Amino acid sequence: MIEFRKELFADERDDTLKEVGQPTRRQDILGHVTGRSPFFDDHLFDGLTHLKCVRSPHHRARIRHVDTSAAERMPGVHRVLTERDVPVNRNTLLSLIDFGKDDEPALASGQVNYIGEPVVAVIADTDRQARDACAVVRIDYEVLPHVLDVEAALMPEAPVVNETYPDNSFDYHDRYDHQKLRFGDVEAAFAQADHVVEARYQMSPIEHAPTEPNGAIAVPETNDRIACYTSTQALFFSLGTTAKLLDISSARLHFIGGTVGGGFGGKVDTVVEPLAVLGCLLTGRPVRYVYDRAEEMQVSSPRGGERWYLKDGVMNDGRIVAREFRGYFDGGAYTRLTSYAIIKGTAHLPGPYTIPNVSANVYGVYTNRTPASAMRGFGITGVDFAIECHMDRVAEAIDMDPIELRLINAYRDGDMKPHRREAKNCALIECMQVAAEKSGWVLGESFKNLSSRVNGGGERARIPNTRTDQDGTLGARRRGERGPHTPPAEVLNGVSPTVPGRAVAGSGYASTASASAPTSVPPSAVPTTPATPVPVVAASSSAAPSSAAPSSPAPQAPASAHGEGSTATPAASPPGEEQPAQPPSPRRSAQRFSSIFGTRRR
Amino acid sequence: MSKVAVRLVLNGDDRAVFVDPGQNLLDVLRRELGDLTPKYGCGQGTCGACTVTVDGEVRLACLTLAEAVDGCRVDTAAGLADGAELHVLQEAFMEHFAAQCGYCTTGMLMSAATLLRDKPSPSRDEVVEAISGNICRCTGYEPIIDAILAAARGSTTGSGRR
Repeated sequence: MIEFRKELFADERDDTLKEVGQPTRRQDILGHVTGRSPFFDDHLFDGLTHLKCVRSPHHRARIRHVDTSAAERMPGVHRVLTERDVPVNRNTLLSLIDFGKDDEPALASGQVNYIGEPVVAVIADTDRQARDACAVVRIDYEVLPHVLDVEAALMPEAPVVNETYPDNSFDYHDRYDHQKLRFGDVEAAFAQADHVVEARYQMSPIEHAPTEPNGAIAVPETNDRIACYTSTQALFFSLGTTAKLLDISSARLHFIGGTVGGGFGGKVDTVVEPLAVLGCLLTGRPVRYVYDRAEEMQVSSPRGGERWYLKDGVMNDGRIVAREFRGYFDGGAYTRLTSYAIIKGTAHLPGPYTIPNVSANVYGVYTNRTPASAMRGFGITGVDFAIECHMDRVAEAIDMDPIELRLINAYRDGDMKPHRREAKNCALIECMQVAAEKSGWVLGESFKNLSSRVNGGGERARIPNTRTDQDGTLGARRRGERGPHTPPAEVLNGVSPTVPGRAVAGSGYASTASASAPTSVPPSAVPTTPATPVPVVAASSSAAPSSAAPSSPAPQAPASAHGEGSTATPAASPPGEEQPAQPPSPRRSAQRFSSIFGTRRR
Repeated sequence: MSKVAVRLVLNGDDRAVFVDPGQNLLDVLRRELGDLTPKYGCGQGTCGACTVTVDGEVRLACLTLAEAVDGCRVDTAAGLADGAELHVLQEAFMEHFAAQCGYCTTGMLMSAATLLRDKPSPSRDEVVEAISGNICRCTGYEPIIDAILAAARGSTTGSGRR
């Protein structure tokens, strides 16, 4: 049951909507209830053939020899495809928007890098015949060591998962092995925080499990074209990718989609269409390539696993003054959309909270797992889980109500986000107030009166002096210029209140922020300011609110806790040291990428 | 492998078809008989997208041998409507937004239609039980349950047939 709280932000809204809030019918509902909606498999063709793949039983192995002769002689078999039949057997989905290097074959070439990777495809009259023929394909593998853990994959001795990225991590801006976010100086802020809370969060891969599996049927059309009926969620990605892999003009391809039996992001990758179309080109027959349920679970790309280390510096009054992230996205064996997930995820940090010092290193890691890709808010959902769990831990550490902690720190209109965009149209405070009311969660009186539109901006809009570093410059690991990627010692229970000014023992964080001299900082997508020794946290590190924050309140008066001048912000800097204009990015790919996927601004 | 002749009454029509031994009913309905309303979801009897009735009993077509329906009456979602006149459940599903991607809908309708035939005024729990073998991955179960209950009450505004 939807409840509209129209009294909130009423003056910002032209409340004459005719459709929103009104019951409506789906335009496609008649087809759904009569069973006439044309899903890709609901097309019948004379002479239809069926394609099945022989898949790797190993996480990682060299292919010594492939023998398809027996399969070719099996009844009903029209054609057996191997890597030699794929004209351009190397692609990455986002190459269509010039982002990332081609790293994935349509059929494995020389090596397999995950269980289920297709090596050989068989096209036969029936699904059963195709399976029977697959069973007699002989592949001689030399099993190789594999790696399944993101942090183990970044160790210098880890096996190389994906030759295109020998560091086992995606390259950002042709420069770094991770995506960086720097805002203020987290180290200085941790040193002065009342408590430092650290924890590790691990999300497993998740399969979308759409009821309709991934599939496509490619059919010869007149005029030398191929029609492809597909379950894809990304029709033009599928068309472009197929044209690229098969080295044919996209004008020869007629892709038909739009009726998707559940996608949830699991049908964004182009995996089935190229082989179906290739089979059609080589046999002249309609070719149907559909995952069975086992393939859907094992092979279709899941939401990737994510590991996050979070470290918060918090004052006793609930103000979070620093937050540091180290994130590892498990991309599996090939890039697909993991690179994009990380850009999106990093732009989302530190969650919907105004924190004056934020740092993040987020890695797209290759492991010998099923390639990961899109799923419902990928890049965001996992780290939000970590962030909100961490908020609860922080609240425990300072013995504060977890909702009130969030209310204190929530974005308000005019605040500056760490990626240098102003927070607008904020509504988290109001949302939490209503949620608390509906669930009977008792908030202190002062928290009920907070507003997203009051006491934002000002000091909270400042872009602090920011330390930058060259941590993670490409290739350093392989050149041995950087130590092994040591994970921090396990943080037990996640909560590590520390003596102010002291880093958590064994955290491994302290060494990451080696500030460079300003002149040595090359242009990067992260705007920089000269590193200066200006203290970033003005509040005293003692447990009591310091004199530097005269209006610094007791936790019961959070509204004033965010009054100008009371938050943990840098000491006033001379006018000349204001944040410089964002430097033009010299790197084409990141810019173009964000212009395509960029958040629409209100 | 010689084909096997199977005669059945599909949605009221006499049909005959040659099937391979071991071929499942879902495949035969879709590819040989051209009834595309039952869907393939799992092929192992867990998702319910291929739900049909055989002699009035709910069956999963993917787990039913085509040979086994020789001489039987098979009904699918294609037979729910009478020409342009929709079944009361189809009307109710339309009104209650009881479909998102639509892939589970036909199986869901067959389970629901069988329930209403046997129990014209089911409780909510009985509706839930009746569709418990039909997975909706868009997780739109509540509108589906509401639609089935509304159909049972005859409270849809349309003139759907029972």
